[in-house]
Order: sequence, then structure tokens, then C-alpha cells
Amino acid sequence: MPKDNNIKSVLIIGSGPIIIGQACEFDYSGSQASRSLREEGIEVTLINSNPATIMTDPVTADNIYLLPLEKKCIIQILKKHKIDAVLPTMGGQTALNLAIDCDKAGIWEKFNVKIIGVDINAIETTENREKFRLKMHELGIDVCKGETATSFLQGKEIAQEIGFPLVIRPSYTLGGTGGGFVEKPEYFEKALNSGLHASPIHEVLVERSILGWKEYEVELIRDNNGNVIIICSIENFDPMGVHTGDSITVAPAMTLPDTVYQEMRNLAIKMINGIGQFAGGCNVQFAVNPEDDSIIAIEINPRVSRSSALASKATGYPIAKIAAKLAIGYNLDELNNQITKTTSAYFEPALDYVIVKIPRWNFDKFKGSDRHLGLQMKSVGEVMGIGRNFQEALQKACQSLEIKRNGLGADGKEVRDQEQIVDSLKNPSWNRLFHIYDAFKLGIPFSTIQDLSKIDKWFLNQIEELVVLEAEIEKFTLDTIPTDLLRVAKEKGYADRQIAHLLKALESEVYQKRIDLGIKRVYKLVDTCAAEFEAKTPYYYSSFEEENESIATDKQKIVVLGSGPNRIGQGIEFDYCCVHGVLAARECGYETIMINCNPETVSTDFDVADKLYFEPVFWEHIYDIIMHEKPIGVIVQLGGQTALKLAEKLHRYGIKVIGTSFEALDLAEDRGSFSDLLKANDIPYPKYGVIEDADTAISLSRKLGFPLLVRPSYVLGGQSMKIVINEKELESHVVNLLKDIPGNKVLLDHFLEGAYEAEADAICDGEDIYIIGIMQHIEPAGIHSGDSYAVLPPYNLGDFVIQQIEKYTKKIALALKTVGLINIQFAIKDDRVYIIEANPRASRTVPFICKAYKEPYVNFATKVMLGEKKIKDFDFKPTKNGYAIKVPVFSFNKFPNVNKELGPEMKSTGEAIYFIEDLMDDYFLNVYSERNLYLSK
Amino acid sequence: MKYNKKHPAKILLQDGTIFHGVSIGKKGTAGGEICFNTGMTGYQEIYTDPSYFGQIIVNTHSHIGNYGTLKKEQESGAPKINGVIINSFSADFSRKQADTSLQQYLEEAGIVGVAEVDTRKIVRHIRDKGAMNVIISSETEDEATLKKELEKVPKMEGLELASKVSTKEAYTVGDEGGIKIAALDLGIKQNILNSLVERGCHVKVFPARTAVDEIFGWGADGYFISNGPGDPAPLDFAIDTVKAILEKDKPLFGICLGHQVMALACGVSTYKMHHGHRGINHPVKNLETGKGEITSQNHGFAVSEESIKSSDKVSVTHMNLNDQTIEGIKINGKKAFSVQYHPESSPGPHDSRYLFDNFIDLIKNN
Repeated sequence: MPKDNNIKSVLIIGSGPIIIGQACEFDYSGSQASRSLREEGIEVTLINSNPATIMTDPVTADNIYLLPLEKKCIIQILKKHKIDAVLPTMGGQTALNLAIDCDKAGIWEKFNVKIIGVDINAIETTENREKFRLKMHELGIDVCKGETATSFLQGKEIAQEIGFPLVIRPSYTLGGTGGGFVEKPEYFEKALNSGLHASPIHEVLVERSILGWKEYEVELIRDNNGNVIIICSIENFDPMGVHTGDSITVAPAMTLPDTVYQEMRNLAIKMINGIGQFAGGCNVQFAVNPEDDSIIAIEINPRVSRSSALASKATGYPIAKIAAKLAIGYNLDELNNQITKTTSAYFEPALDYVIVKIPRWNFDKFKGSDRHLGLQMKSVGEVMGIGRNFQEALQKACQSLEIKRNGLGADGKEVRDQEQIVDSLKNPSWNRLFHIYDAFKLGIPFSTIQDLSKIDKWFLNQIEELVVLEAEIEKFTLDTIPTDLLRVAKEKGYADRQIAHLLKALESEVYQKRIDLGIKRVYKLVDTCAAEFEAKTPYYYSSFEEENESIATDKQKIVVLGSGPNRIGQGIEFDYCCVHGVLAARECGYETIMINCNPETVSTDFDVADKLYFEPVFWEHIYDIIMHEKPIGVIVQLGGQTALKLAEKLHRYGIKVIGTSFEALDLAEDRGSFSDLLKANDIPYPKYGVIEDADTAISLSRKLGFPLLVRPSYVLGGQSMKIVINEKELESHVVNLLKDIPGNKVLLDHFLEGAYEAEADAICDGEDIYIIGIMQHIEPAGIHSGDSYAVLPPYNLGDFVIQQIEKYTKKIALALKTVGLINIQFAIKDDRVYIIEANPRASRTVPFICKAYKEPYVNFATKVMLGEKKIKDFDFKPTKNGYAIKVPVFSFNKFPNVNKELGPEMKSTGEAIYFIEDLMDDYFLNVYSERNLYLSK
Repeated sequence: MKYNKKHPAKILLQDGTIFHGVSIGKKGTAGGEICFNTGMTGYQEIYTDPSYFGQIIVNTHSHIGNYGTLKKEQESGAPKINGVIINSFSADFSRKQADTSLQQYLEEAGIVGVAEVDTRKIVRHIRDKGAMNVIISSETEDEATLKKELEKVPKMEGLELASKVSTKEAYTVGDEGGIKIAALDLGIKQNILNSLVERGCHVKVFPARTAVDEIFGWGADGYFISNGPGDPAPLDFAIDTVKAILEKDKPLFGICLGHQVMALACGVSTYKMHHGHRGINHPVKNLETGKGEITSQNHGFAVSEESIKSSDKVSVTHMNLNDQTIEGIKINGKKAFSVQYHPESSPGPHDSRYLFDNFIDLIKNN
């Protein structure tokens, strides 16, 4: 069936603020869907409260509503626009839930809006455990055997039927308290008893244990004609027991024979066809018993998901884009493959490479949290490595994580404590992968590692091979290493830095040696078809093989460095900035090159830049791309700290940093020279000092006076920042801090108690400066700016204060010779403005201001950076109505043992925007009245 | 585990292009037509598919060998390929059900292989230059020797290979009393037989060159022409058999080479494709139902689109969505149909198994 021409206007529901479990992958799917529909001449209206998204940008949709995801806002939109259909499958569970609420309230019916892309009844079946079980039973598909028991006798009967090992899950307990695995019958009675008691309603689910079974995901697409294709199979490196969002995953599936894979494919198709009639993307999860290859279904999600974003990036098949077209009536055979442009969209991608996804956790932000991985997702972001083989992809993913490792192993950071390793193999946390490596290195037997971790032998074998290879390399020196061996190491993804560690040489020496030997990166295309057809889309990854497919043009090029994995303090805001940077550079006529390794992002959509290199934002990879492409310069100020910290090396290697120079960036980071600059310009700042040990900290504290703000330099999101009120606290924090970050220059600032905090973002061309926005925080100074409610424009700062802020912002921007964006943070006490810090780069608040004032400031700033435009060339016309509040959003509920406590270290995972007309608004008054509630030390 | 330095191996293509890799499988030298398969699963089924007889397979999937081998997942008694070219080869496997490693399996079957090759480069090369012959060796690196060996490899066009892989003696599978199917074995895959037997058929498999009267003598309810290797054009014996079956107006079903033979029997010509279709992700549209199916394919020859346009004997029922080539036909006014792809899959998706049901229905309604 061709396109449904009755659909002329579609509403897409976004996923709201970023929280753990629902991140920027939905910006990727939402913006793809929107573009896909607009291509068809459909008017797209979008609702999302998250201002840091590309989907809520005028470049993406026709009508944008930055409103809370609530029924009343949907009604408000439907009253204003004639909407023919709503597409609720692009905004995660949040959007689906809102669509269901509206459906129950009869809103869609009242406004004559058709729900497309999903079957509401299907959601019901997939969300309710019991309905799902019954449905699977009806379809003849095996699920995990289990039943709920409300009495001791019932529990024993169920156990007898399903056998051991089994799991007891008490109902309605947080974080699974009172439940657990029961290996043998003799432990059962006691466990059942405690489970029944732990549950407030004395109910437990007794389920067959499938802990240690192999876990898989299948991403499917279905059209209205009942055609179903599998886009990607994903194998979890971590077997059942770890949430798939917290598992290392690999695509395509590595250890499945065709017979088992096809059975899984059949089951997935049966499930998608069985749960309802709908056209769109879908995700199904399975467990496979390693003993006999039998398969059981775990769950099905009839919408695009985190995994479908990953599958899109892994295969090149844009799931959300195609799903949106299917939702408006197209069938798969009527659409083209978006990568080859000549073959059909109705096919199943064939990969000739491997991708490895590794989650990124931020446990350090949740002190006291349970760091074990289990059934609830805890990671805040992810990276993807693409390699020609598993080992290369794995090393690249490890290099992308930015956890101060150079890859997996060969960096002198291995753990040698056998007890710790053994415990970690069985009870996984964020570092199990590294501990598997350590275990092999320590000589723990393969069988023990397999028994404890239950990880498939093939994966373990691959890691053992790396350890063996390293031992071989260590027999040589830089001069004696055979070419073949060096080549093998590179083929398996080792960074020059890792090889240098093994050979006891310098990274630069290894680099030179391999270049001399002709061991160079080539770039291969992600083309959906294993090279069977010619592909037109410039989506590349590197490997060490013979043929290079990325031909450098002779156009003038600009590289934009991405921000790597999402984490607290550096999230979707920077991806927003990167995307706009790319688009602006392209408008200026440059060929744009994007480098990033975060599969959730819009910047890694192959439609965004002229060329996409899906590579770690890690020096060696960046440098090789630069050597290959020879761009005129690199934009580092849009990709957060990840990109910014590469400025120094770029500068050192004579590569042009676009916009503000490296010297200026460095000056702003170096507190000493920065304060000198402030002093010279007669700008006030809190009394401070720099210390490198606890002794000097104490003596300095006597000069500065308590309270003190302790902050390490070169960190992200205020990591390890703390306010201390006495010498004892100071001493213990400094000691702890230097243990974690040895050699750090720690700053002690006199903390201005009870001060207001404000920040300003500005664009400067080196001569003129334009302040794009000044925000005043609702909370007092001391709470990280990312965790504060910020009001744009300020709500109670007098003209005198505003004038000081404006004056200082201009002075600093010019003194730093800023070319591009700058963010400055202020503390205001007794009408006097002090500078807390200045960051000559895109800040977290830039997208917020863009959305509130409806002007494309990143676009402007990029043109200024490139020297294409001056401030005076722009006609700034911000839309200023009332106030916009930036609302921080937290994920504390994922960590039941952690209290919500705010301080100088950022804890929030996302943000929303909320518009108010005046300061008598109830929402504002309520937040204002609670402003001191969570401040801690 | 110990670090193993691997034995070198060499690949020489007909156009003189050389690749280097390491030896896997049996040490030796092997030649054949080079072709690539894009399937990400099912290497064992591919290697044992008789349609690949005499060919050197390039697996585009980056890892091969991961799940070992299992005897009951073979498509014939042993590998039929002449050699393999692989990117990353795993001699170790993790599947508990598996019998042996792929290394042991290839060695025992005497199959020569080369691994650690930029297989993607080879695929792009073949995609641009078209099908050609190749020689692979882990015995000699001497180019002159390899060239000489390469010259001995016959050209695929005009080559009759079906009778070489066909059974020597007729045999039956499935319980007696079921629907009687006479299958002409041009290189039949095990799963075709399984698919028929599962549907209650009693199948007698006849050698390729069986006289047509002998086949008719068995008194089958339906006839089947199998897949197989080589060029369909020289298969005059099979073409004659098909003509005779059509004459009798018996239910008839053909797969792959069998499909080509059926087209030839109706006067529709076939041609050698640029580099063929080999993989398990090829989209086919059923023109009669409007539905699509993802299919398993393995063919280097195809039924001519031009020729079919001017034929009033044959109608197109299935079409490839990537390149619009002919994927299925029916013979007008007869109870005969055929498909270019493999509905029995193995390896590959099971989307097209309905064709076996259609065949059974055709027989039952006869």
C-alpha cells in the first residue's frame, strides 16, 4: 500500500529529559522520524520538554512545543493545530505512556487523531507480565517458567513443577530485596519464607533461573502488509542476569549457528505478528540455553528503543526513518535502501565488520550506591567501537570510554588481587571486562573464569588471545619487533600507546615505526550489504587492512570533534552543539567531517555531516583521520571537555584549532594565570589558592577562611568538588582527592555563603561580543550550575548587578581573545559580582538559550569561529516573553540507597525547559521556596 | 593458550591480482570460480551445498568458525566447495552441541583455505570486475606455478557439473504411502528432502541422467527438479526430462538450477550473471500475493528477463527487489512452477517455505 494521503499533519511525542534508561537515542529517532515525514510533505508538530534536543529545533520540525509531556499540553496543541495522526513510538516509554493516557481519556478520538506506528492493545500485552505470558503461550512460544505464590504451600508446589535452580522475586519490594537465587531444594524453604515476608503483600514470583543463559536481542521492522525484516541481531557479552542496557553487546550475533538464529528469527516474527497490527520498529529479547540451544522469549517492545538506535548505527539501516515511513502507509518494498540508494529497503543488512557497545557508568556520582549490575539499568551512556574483527571493535570501544584507559589492557593498570578479581567475575560491576583480562593475565584458569562469569567461551577466548599476544610482544623492543607481529597488534585494535607500553617505548616512536613499515589505517564503509552493492553514504570506520575506501577530496574541510559517551556533566547538549556546528560549517561551503563514538547521538547520523568517521574521540584515531583528510582545522569547542582536552595535542602537532586558540583555552583552565588576568582587568573573584598536598591545604585554609570550595582542575561536571567547613573535612577530602587523581592541582576557593549564582553565555569574534543570555540560578551558590534551576533572564538581579555581569563578560571574552562561544559563571553577594569560572567553549546552557530565545546561536558562533562572519553581521532578534526556567532532572530513583543531596559536584542526568509568564507563577514560587532544601557540603 | 605464528598462504585471481593470508583447513592448493556469500550465519550449510561444487567461497562475515560444526547441519554428506577465503578464522568454538571445530572439519574433508585476508577488498573487486577463477595455495608462493595451476581451472560458462554431484543410485526418503515425489537430483540439498518429508512425502531421488521412462515408471504424484552447480545450458538430458513431464501435465516444482532448466525447457534462455546472488538476505516480491520474502540465494546464472518477455509459455511470479531479476515463474496452462532462490533455505530465513505447501496443494488438487 502506498502512502496514506489522508495524513497531512503528524504529531511526534518526544521522550522528555534524559534519565537513566532513556537517553538521547530518542532525540536521534525523533529527529530522524521528523525529517522522514517532512520529506513526504507532511507537516510535523513536535512536543518535548527537553531543550537540548535537535528534534525540537526549527531545522527538524514545523511546529515545536517545548512543553511538559502532559495531557493538557497535548490538548493545547490539538486545539491549535489540525493534527491527523500521532506517532508515539519515537519517544521511548514516556511517549507511549502519554499516548495511552490520552487514549484512555478519549483525547485522540475527540480531536479525530489517528494513532500510527503502534497498536495500543499491543502495548498492553507487552507491558503486563501476565498478559505477555498468556500471549506467548497462545503463540506457542516458550517463556521463562514461573508463577506467583501467595502461600508457603503454593510456593512449594510451583518449585516442584519448575525445578531448580530457580529465582524468588518478592512483589513490590525495591531493588529486589528479599529475593534471590536458589540453587538446590534444601535452601528453598528458608528462601521462600524470607521472600514471602519481605513482600508487603506476601506474594512472590517463583521463576526458573536462567541466570547464565546467553542473551540476545533482535531488531525488527514490520510494515502494514505483514512484511517483517530483521535489521540486526545483537548478542550480549554479559549473559542473562545483567540488564541489556548495562551489558556489553556485540553485533552481529557471534556465536549462533544458522539453525538457532533462524529459529530465533521465526519466533521474533511470530511475536511481532502475534501482538497486534502495526507498522514500525520493534525489539525482541531472547535467552538461549547454552546446553541445548533452546530458546525462550524474554520481552518485546513495539517501538524504537535504545537498541534500535544502536542497531541503526551498527548496520547503517536507519530504523526510525524507515519506521516513520511505514507508519504513514508505505510498505517496505516501496522504499529504497537509504545507504545504497539503488537497492530495496526490504532486505536484511549483512555486516562484514563487528560492533561492540560498552555502557558508561557514573557510580562515582552516587556515593553509597550499589555498584553491582543486575536487573535494573544503571549506566548513563554508551560507546560503540566498529572493527573488522571483534578484538579490534572491543579495543576501540574501550578507547572510547574515557575512563583513563588506553584500551583493554597493556596500560599498566591491571588489578592483581586474585580475590577481588574472582569476586568481580561472579558479581559483575562496571569493570568486569577489565577483570576478565586481569584474570587471564594472572593465570586464573579458563574454566574458572567461564564458570564464574558464564560468558560464552568464544568471547573469553578472544580476550585470552589478546593476553597471549601481549606476552609475545613483550619479548621484543621497538627495534626488534617483527613487522608481522606489529601488524597483528594493530589489526587487533591495539593503540600505539598500548604497544608502546608493552615495548617500553614512546607512543610517538611506535607511531613512527609503523608508519615507516607501512602499517597504516584504512577506512572501510558501513554499507548495510557487505560490499555486495555500491553504497553512496559516507559512513566510515578504520581498520588495518589493504584497501582504503574513504577517498579524501580536495575541498576545504572542517573536522568537528564529538563529545563521546554521555555521562553526568556532559550529555546531549554537546551533541546538539556539534550537529549545529556541522550544519553551519556546511552552510559556509566547507566539507564537514564528524568524529564521534556515541551511537545514541544525532551527530553520528550519516545524514548530518558530509563524512562521518565512527571512531573513538581518542588522540591516535583523530590524528590518523586528520592526516588522511588534511582539514583546514578542527572545531573543539562544541564537543564538551572530551573535544576540548584534545586541543593541546592538536596545537602541539601544528593542527589548527578553529576559533579561540589553544593558549586561550589553556589560560582559562589554569586558575593561576586566569586569576592574574582577572586582577589585571580589575575583575573581582573569590580569594583562592592552589595546593598539591594536604599540608599546604591546611595552611592556606587559615589564610582564606572557611567555608572553602575544594576543586580539582581539569575535571568534568565538578567531579570531586566539595564545600568544606573545617580543617578536618578539608584534610580528609584533599587526601581522598589526591589518591584518586594523583598530581592534581587542587584549588581552594573561599566559598561565598548565601551568594546568588548567575551565568552568562556569549559569542565573541575577538573584537565585538554579544551576550546571548544571562541566567540566574534559583538555588544559592554552592550547587553545581548543572543541578540548579536557572532562570532566563534573571528574576531579581538589579540593573547595577546586570551591568557588572555584562561588563565583566565582555572584558573576559576579549582578554581571552575568544573567537566563538564563552560561558562565565558568577557569584553575587551584596550586589558585588565575583567570577567563579570562565569556559571559552559551548556550555550546557547554550541549547537552552537557543530554544528560549528562538535563535540559532551555535550556528552564529560557528560562522564566527570560521571567520566567515563578525558579530556585527548578525541581526540578533531574540524572542523574549516572560521567563524560561531550566529544570534539572535526576535519576536518584535508580539508586535506592542514595539520598538526593546537591553540592558542587553535578548529579543530574538531564534537563527540561519550562516557560512562565511572570514571577507570580506557582511553579516558580514553589521551586523558589525549596531552593535551600538539598544543599549539602 | 600459546601464541601461534601462522603458515602463510596466497591467493591469485585470474586477472593477476594477488592477496596474502594464512593457511587454514588442509595445507594444499585449490582452484575454482571465486564467489562471495554475504550470510552472517550458516557457513557449514554453505560449504556442503552441492550447488557450490567446484567453487572457492569468500565469506564476507568477519568471523567464521565460532560455533564449530555439527554433522546434522550439513546439506550433503561432505563439503562440496573447492576452498574458502575468510577474514577472521576461529579454530576454537563455543557451541556445546557441536561435534568438531571448523579447522578439523575442513582438514578432514581436505578443503584448503586462506584466512586473514581483506575479504572486503576481494568482494569489491569481484563486484566491479565480475566472476572469475582463482587459485589459492598454502603450499607454494611461486607465482609461475600458481599461474599454471590456475590455467587448469575450467571456465564456469558452459560447464556441466550437475551429473558430478548427483547421486549414483536412486534412493528413497520418507515413509512409503505418502505423496510420491520423483526428484531429479542435479545436486539436491538435504533440506529440500527434509522439507518434503516433513510434509508427508515419500521421495525417490533419481540420478541426473536417469532415462525419463524410468522416472515415469515409478508413478510419482509430483515431480521435482533440484538445485545444483554449473551452467544450466548444457543440461539437455534434464531439459528433455522436464519437457516430458510438462507434456504429461504432471505437478512440477523446480528450485534454482531446476528453475533454470524449466525455463530452458519452455524456450526461455538463461545467462551468466555478472557476479551472481549468494547470501541469505535477498528481497523477493511475490507478484501474485504482493507480499515479500527474505530469501536464501546461491546462483551465478539466471533466467533472461528479455527472453521471458517474448514468451507466451511462461509468466513471472516472483521478482528480486534489488535488481528486478526473475526469481520465480509459472508455466502457463500447466501445474508447474519454479523459483530461482532456495525456499528450503538452510542457511537462511524460512520465509519461503510456503512454496513446498503450494507444491503439495498442487498435487492434492490434481
